[in-house]
Amino acid sequence: MSRIAGTFAALREAGRAALIPFVEAYDPNRETSLALLRGMAENGADIIEIGVPFTDPMADGPTIQAAGRRALEAGASLAGVLGLVREFRAGNTHTPLVLMGYLNPILSYGVARFCADAATAGVDGLIVVDLPTEEADLLLPDAAKNELDVIRLIAPTTSDARLPLVLAGSSGFVYYVSITGITGTRTASAADLARDIPRIRAATNLPIAVGFGVRTPEQAAVVARHADAAIVASALIETLCKHDVAAVLADVAALSAGIRVARQPHADQA
Amino acid sequence: MNEIIPNSLRNGPDGRGRFGEFGGRFVAETLMPLILELEAAYDSAKADPTFQTELDYYLKHYVGRPSALWFAERLSRELGGAKIYFKRDELNHTGAHKINNCLGQILLARRMGKTRIIAETGAGQHGVATATVCALFGLPCTIYMGAVDVERQKPNVFRMKLLGAEVIPVSSGAGTLKDAMNDAMRDWVANVRDTFYIIGTAAGPHPYPAMVRDFQCVIGNEAKAQLLQAEGRLPSVAIAAIGGGSNAIGLFHPFLDDAAVRLIGVEAAGHGLDSGAHAASLSRGRPGVLHGNRTYLLQNEDGQIQEAHSISAGLDYPGIGPEHSWLHEIGRVEYVAITDQEALAAFQLCTRTEGIIPALEPSHALAHVAKIAGNMNKDEIVLMNLCGRGDKDIFAVAQHLGVSL
Repeated sequence: MSRIAGTFAALREAGRAALIPFVEAYDPNRETSLALLRGMAENGADIIEIGVPFTDPMADGPTIQAAGRRALEAGASLAGVLGLVREFRAGNTHTPLVLMGYLNPILSYGVARFCADAATAGVDGLIVVDLPTEEADLLLPDAAKNELDVIRLIAPTTSDARLPLVLAGSSGFVYYVSITGITGTRTASAADLARDIPRIRAATNLPIAVGFGVRTPEQAAVVARHADAAIVASALIETLCKHDVAAVLADVAALSAGIRVARQPHADQA
Repeated sequence: MNEIIPNSLRNGPDGRGRFGEFGGRFVAETLMPLILELEAAYDSAKADPTFQTELDYYLKHYVGRPSALWFAERLSRELGGAKIYFKRDELNHTGAHKINNCLGQILLARRMGKTRIIAETGAGQHGVATATVCALFGLPCTIYMGAVDVERQKPNVFRMKLLGAEVIPVSSGAGTLKDAMNDAMRDWVANVRDTFYIIGTAAGPHPYPAMVRDFQCVIGNEAKAQLLQAEGRLPSVAIAAIGGGSNAIGLFHPFLDDAAVRLIGVEAAGHGLDSGAHAASLSRGRPGVLHGNRTYLLQNEDGQIQEAHSISAGLDYPGIGPEHSWLHEIGRVEYVAITDQEALAAFQLCTRTEGIIPALEPSHALAHVAKIAGNMNKDEIVLMNLCGRGDKDIFAVAQHLGVSL
């Protein structure tokens, strides 16, 4: 069983959803990212998503754009991100890591070489924002050969008829982009999720993670009641900008607590 | 519409939106259903004769097509070789070829029931053309423009505002065309239901490269017929400037299967191809994925996109339309590059010999014409697309010539 599948199986046993915090690699430098990865794993992160900086992050809002710019100025590269993963893995073999980024750095690295190196470094899954299912044959064979999960984005615009096509070849979990928009802007309501998540459930047995616009422990708890994981990115980057690593880890602990109580009988029903 | 001819170079793209290995649809899932909807709507419009009739009406009565074909006699004499003809798309309403495409796309947007238009612009020509057709059809219009470009193209920003458009300065990245396109795509993702994105060049996710090309083919189709009437034969060379490549593909495409016609695309070499400050994606880039398509891009060894440079804001883009990448790889079109200084010299040459102030974009094409025409026979013909007029550029040119206005 892959690390991602194992994590979700254990959480299902425990009756709770996963918290997936996001780290933009090298924002504002490599040491900070390493400290965040290690600290998040100790403060309730069940899986960690690592943003691979790109000059033109078309699906991202201002917060992640700025983080990517800082990271590139700090010398971020795809090879550097894999190095970061290797260093994290030396001390942690259980927390799944998912890389999220755009296609061009991977193409430039070479798809086959990248998948092999990513797996060796200890990456578990890949989210490539600008690689829709129509173009995914470019990545799927090499990812499968190296046992990397390819995690698909599903959007509110993805029709029921299109769902099976989008889900074909996906593994690990499904990433539901809960709003039509870019990261860190709008937030989906409980009613939106109550409407949307069952539609995806009907099409897949994979765990469903919800991202884009999840910011607070309360919002994470709402997500945790409807879906299998909450992804939090922009809010944590903002905390890092305004404060420090310790403040981000405190946020992660609070988000984790929110998720842990979400499905308990006394939790507010959303 | 068109009959498929085996072995024709004009059959592309394939069902996946690819020209050889270039093109495709590299967009986020949120946009993918929209792209598919657009493709279906465009296919249906293409097959509907009333759509073409409507487009022809506006092209004739609003844009002023067909644009003239002009024998540049004094210039030809001065260069001392081939007969040079200008396809005068600078005479179009709004002063460039951009309006051909904007009209086609806004008619399609209306057909699809879209109620809001967005676009990106670099120099502002596409922004002005988009704002113009939005005013014509009474649709709200938002134009994304790099903050740096907003500053250096103030007259066009004012024009767009006069035409009723909202101009949003984009300060992400370097604040130029590439970043404006990123923000236009972000707007589209956030407003998928009601918004139509009018892309200004023959790039982006399928079906844009094919659709923009089809709308710009009016240039080459007219020029071919006009030249056959004037000279009874095809040109030896057809030549056009390339940023994203929409005016060039519009000129070239109708000649692709005429093997005797040499086709030359002119990229912007900026301060020089080895200066690190240019916009020559084919000459100095390599294939990658940006803005929805696989094509030649200026990028570093890690696949990060690099900033382009050209004196001409319209050529200042680190990518190129995917069909050009394919035509480059199969060798059907030659791609060369012209520096800022060479383009400035050609700008003055054209103004002085023909009484036509060209935009800096076609000045690049003209600079290459000046290089080759003298070595050609007097009975040979060079057809050049004069795709825009230079009014917008007089400030930039004055500055480079050390004149203060």
